[in-house]
Amino acid sequence: MSSDIHALSGAYAVDALDDIERAQFERHLAECDTCRSEVDSLLEASGVLAEAVFLAPPAALRDRVLAGIETVRPLPPVVTNVVSLDTVRRKRRFPALVAAAAVVTLIGAGVAVTQPWQDETTQITLSAADRVLQAPDAETWTKSPVTGGTIKVTRSRSLNQAVVEAKGLATLPDGKTYALWLQHDGVMIPAGLLSGEGTLPVVLEGDPGSAEATAVSIEPASGSLHPTTFPIATFEFEQV
Amino acid sequence: MDPLRPEAAGAPSTGGAPVAPDLSELLKLSARGDQAAFAELYDAMATRVYGLAVRVVRDPAQAEEVTQEAFLEIWRMASRYDVERGSATAWMLTIVHRKAVDRVRSAEAATRRDTTYHSQNQAVDHDSTADAAHASLEARRVRAALHSLTAVQREALELAYFGGYTHTEVATMLDLPVGTAKTRIRDGLIRLRDTMGVGA
Repeated sequence: MSSDIHALSGAYAVDALDDIERAQFERHLAECDTCRSEVDSLLEASGVLAEAVFLAPPAALRDRVLAGIETVRPLPPVVTNVVSLDTVRRKRRFPALVAAAAVVTLIGAGVAVTQPWQDETTQITLSAADRVLQAPDAETWTKSPVTGGTIKVTRSRSLNQAVVEAKGLATLPDGKTYALWLQHDGVMIPAGLLSGEGTLPVVLEGDPGSAEATAVSIEPASGSLHPTTFPIATFEFEQV
Repeated sequence: MDPLRPEAAGAPSTGGAPVAPDLSELLKLSARGDQAAFAELYDAMATRVYGLAVRVVRDPAQAEEVTQEAFLEIWRMASRYDVERGSATAWMLTIVHRKAVDRVRSAEAATRRDTTYHSQNQAVDHDSTADAAHASLEARRVRAALHSLTAVQREALELAYFGGYTHTEVATMLDLPVGTAKTRIRDGLIRLRDTMGVGA
């Protein structure tokens, strides 16, 4: 996980983030006006690179595209609710960002606290973890992986959020990290990374409210799309 | 017609209208289901979209698929374009580039990486981008802007933008510490932006 998520703006603008970084950065964008306006300007600049490559496609492609649109309904515009300033702020131009805005999930506290210029994000992030930990319907599971230490998962179904805290986890070699997963329909979906040895609470990405389980595994630092090692801890959630 | 957006001109068309179409207006009409407007949009953007797709995915047949997917996405998402946030061209190329990169990173990409990594790593042609630019006033500005980049910025940017590699992969390919590639990419884009006077 990057220690300075702001610095990913350029790589984001040229699609040079892996899926996990991209998801993290898009969540960050939903919270950070500075990054959003920088990304907008860098996307303009990346368009300049494409100025240099012109190539006429086969004529038949035009017919296929124009035939194709007949079967596709254009999406409605994002309708701004004048009551909510927050909604105005979250209006998005880029398709991926529309998705990011819809999911009000916050990046892990470990990323934000080292960034003084992200004061707003830091506060929101910390309170997000606190909100889960202090939720009236908070449920807690604790496990001690054989590799050492303890991992505690707290989930609030009403908030649809969960927080992972860890103590005394084994220090991993360079290039490895503790990765978090949520299981839906038997499939493990990336839910973020523990920063360092997980001493800071991390809010899981995704929908813990409907997940069957959460798990922690050791993965390459760049992240994985699926667990590549057997999880060191798995927490089964009770289903409604 | 917005005179401040010369880049909206698209490819020089053969015997087309003397003025370039207003792409953001065409997008707005497309969002309402105006297929004729979208056809005009296609004609203005096709060479750029297909050119970018070929450059990234390399295989012409796959580039056609990416082009088609991207145009359908542009049609579907047209209402989400926000003129306040940038040019119509950049918005469309963002969609195209994402589609192209997603394509090369899919499972099939592993093969391509294995076979092309070596040549990529050995020689990034620093002039390939600029040389391919078409001969117009706008292209000369682009060329000048690309030349304003340092060699290492351009190298990192080209691997990321045209190669479709992640910044971590770019760092490895260039024997850079992790974190350096993303900085070069960002610095390069900022320099391009400032030289071209584009963006906010």
